[in-house]
Amino acid sequence: MSIARVQWPENVRSGEIVKVRLLIQHPMDTGYLQDFTGKVVPRNIIRVLTCHLGSQEVFRIEPSSGIAANPFFEFYVRATATAEFKIEWLDDKGVKGQHLQIFNVA
Amino acid sequence: MKAVSWTRRKGLKGLLLAGISGICLNSQFAHAQRMNSGRLLSLEDMVQPIVRGAKLVKKELQIEAPILADNGSLVPIQIQVQSPMSEQDHVTHIYLLSQRNPVTQMAMFQLGPWNGSAGVSTRIRLAGTQEVVALARLSNGEFRYNQMEIIVTESSCVDAS
Repeated sequence: MSIARVQWPENVRSGEIVKVRLLIQHPMDTGYLQDFTGKVVPRNIIRVLTCHLGSQEVFRIEPSSGIAANPFFEFYVRATATAEFKIEWLDDKGVKGQHLQIFNVA
Repeated sequence: MKAVSWTRRKGLKGLLLAGISGICLNSQFAHAQRMNSGRLLSLEDMVQPIVRGAKLVKKELQIEAPILADNGSLVPIQIQVQSPMSEQDHVTHIYLLSQRNPVTQMAMFQLGPWNGSAGVSTRIRLAGTQEVVALARLSNGEFRYNQMEIIVTESSCVDAS
């Protein structure tokens, strides 16, 4: 079960460039490390993560095992109108995650 | 007769143990070898699979990261490209490349004019002290890069066992 948290400043005005902070709860197993019994933990990383603001894809990441566990991303987006902010991701186990939040623009 | 069979059993047990420990040792060595990817890639080797001979310049791209990272499994890094991010002139991709990691391309970010600013930050894993390269592709097909050496005291590729 993956959980996402997304954060941006309060009181966003139209035309403003907003910093979006995104945190996903995910182990991001590299496939190189062993667990305590000496068994290699199979690779399980997020393959692709997309962020949509309304119908526009505003951010897309293709991480690899080089991204730390519980990946954190920060990026900017230009605020235009109130829309739904949708985060979707897919990992090696085929687990799909989704998070929806309303992006309010004053 | 009884004593003979006992020693035989003991001998077999010993063989079995030796075999098991041999397998364990072997796998451990193999594992250590795989982790110790001592070969450091050159800048050309790192960027050419992506750049493919296009124009590459070292300018207007900043990397912000600690010079000394205590733990390789979590290194904060921030990339900022100077770009107006307009429809005509914007950054389309940002790549994070590692010199020593088993997987060279650590992440690929896709951006566009709707971002307003070509800045991203994340947390990366590093398998030891190395040069980290940030590569940005611009909408006109040109590439920009910058590199930074990060000293890692504890590699990310260390076993829990």
